[in-house]
Amino acid sequence: MARYIIKRILSIIPVLLGISIVVFLAVRLIPGDFATVTLGTQYTDEAAAALRERYGLDQPIVYQYFLWLGGILTGDFGFSYVSNQSVSVLLLSRLPVTLELTVLSLLLAVLVGIPMGYWAACKRNKAPDSVATVTGLLGISIPNFWLGTMFILLFSLTLKWFPSGGFVPLGDGILANLKSMILPAIALGVAVSAVVMRSSRSAMIEVIGQEYMKMAKAKGLSGVGLIFKHGIKNTLVNVLTILGLQTGSLLGGSVVIEQIFSLPGVGSLALQAINNRDYLVLQGTVLFISAMFVLINLIVDLLYCVVNPQIRY
Amino acid sequence: MVREENKKPLLEVKNLQVEFHMRQGTMYAVRGVNFNLHRGEILGVVGESGCGKSVTANTILGLIGKKKYEKVYGEIWFHDEDILKKSEREQQKLRGNKIAMIFQDPMTALDPVVKVGKQVGEVLQIHQKKSPKEAFAQAVQQLIKVGIPSAKERASDYPFQFSGGMRQRAVIASSLMCEPEILIADEPTTALDVTIQAQILDLLRQLRDENGVAILLITHDLGVVAELCDTVAVMYAGEIVEKAPVQEIFQSPKHPYTQGLLQCIPVPGKKEKLIPIPGQPPKLYEKTPGCKFAQRCPYRSERCEKEIHLAEIATDHFVSCWRAQKDGERDEQ
Repeated sequence: MARYIIKRILSIIPVLLGISIVVFLAVRLIPGDFATVTLGTQYTDEAAAALRERYGLDQPIVYQYFLWLGGILTGDFGFSYVSNQSVSVLLLSRLPVTLELTVLSLLLAVLVGIPMGYWAACKRNKAPDSVATVTGLLGISIPNFWLGTMFILLFSLTLKWFPSGGFVPLGDGILANLKSMILPAIALGVAVSAVVMRSSRSAMIEVIGQEYMKMAKAKGLSGVGLIFKHGIKNTLVNVLTILGLQTGSLLGGSVVIEQIFSLPGVGSLALQAINNRDYLVLQGTVLFISAMFVLINLIVDLLYCVVNPQIRY
Repeated sequence: MVREENKKPLLEVKNLQVEFHMRQGTMYAVRGVNFNLHRGEILGVVGESGCGKSVTANTILGLIGKKKYEKVYGEIWFHDEDILKKSEREQQKLRGNKIAMIFQDPMTALDPVVKVGKQVGEVLQIHQKKSPKEAFAQAVQQLIKVGIPSAKERASDYPFQFSGGMRQRAVIASSLMCEPEILIADEPTTALDVTIQAQILDLLRQLRDENGVAILLITHDLGVVAELCDTVAVMYAGEIVEKAPVQEIFQSPKHPYTQGLLQCIPVPGKKEKLIPIPGQPPKLYEKTPGCKFAQRCPYRSERCEKEIHLAEIATDHFVSCWRAQKDGERDEQ
């Protein structure tokens, strides 16, 4: 087991290296570099050259990459060209917001998506199943930025139940914090819940058709007991896999949702960095999100052992 | 034969009919099946795939007839009550308790993520409200009885750590936990290799001898039937075409289908060619009055297609064939 974990962690390194190269190059492919964007209308060739020289952007690109990589290996992610703050400090200050948003959305998926999927599977081809399937399709089809905007229009501007944006830290009271997070969390979580619902539905349908479910029924178990004692456990591998993958899309989706609800999270940090061509911040942010994604999938793989005794590493 | 004559049967199946109303039409899976099962009797139900054996078994257990498209008619009497008239909840109380089932494929019949001991003991938790701990302890005892070596340790294993034969023993152990009166074994040895088959059959016989449990053995293996059964019912296209004590079936089969089946058993050393039954079993979507086997029967006559003729040609030997009446045939016995 420990061997497996070490092996998996080591195998993350080449993945992250690959990502770092892609990110590094992609950032520099955006038309208009840092100097052009920063100088704007005051652009002169001399001023731009001076700016590039100041931040080492005039160096050969390969040299720049290894300089950045070397920094990361010593724990130094560089600093923001715009605010001069170090990237790690920026990331850490933004992390709680994104983390809370992701966790809340995931919670929505787990608490709503999974039970709804199971219920639909148990009532297959009946009214609840149709309702769940249509709701699920809607949930997947509606883009989260539209949903977020509609939420603001309805719940914030018209009904005035929730603030239209901004973040209240947990330290300022849980209720106020939740109030500021509930709309973005739902807007972000709906699509994920729908995907989770669909996959837990199909997983449960598959399990219900298994011979061991028939045997459990022949033992005298009732419908509900059947699902709880034998059904759920057997669907968990599938459901976990989807949850792991969907967490990735939550991290991606948070970029848009944070922007709509003006939440100061990692996603909006990335967006600002793109707008300002703040290369080091953007590189650090994307690399950080990628690392999170890879780690979550490692955790999911380890959880497989817990839910399925047949899987041993 | 263990069974005593004149005793009231434990299970009486009367004119059982099962229909599946599907989009393609109505499938008449079981068409008026009658049989009795006595305490301590092993009744073999044989027939090719799709002849309604398993449907009959599942209906007795109440696993068929709940869905909208499943229709069940007839009566199944058990302890002076018609099982088919009982509610689902009452049927649940019988299932696994008084009437237990052994499934065909032990590889898929056990829940892969639940410990074997827990699965075996589960019936006690359901029917006798035992605590999980008690149920597990009793499951270990039962696993010892069915011959699982070092059962105490193995009970904490998961099914994938068991071999096929051991899994079937575990399935059998689970079916025996509540000491059922009727055991329905749906092809219990089909998925096992030959040496394990013999062990499982021995185990079933031992159960009958020791506990007096009645066994409804569903199989298409006539070797298993000869080995184990007291009585044999031969099913074809949803009907029992011949029912007789086991020796009689093998020595003087009367129905052409039974005769055909017996001719399909290879005998080691004999150079004779096996004679397959020509043709295919009929589609089950039509309700025809006559003999379902007529299409494939070499002795078919006109009246065969109009009406079924059921005759008791010897004690407990029933045949549904016009020919069984013929004098020449009768003299043979």
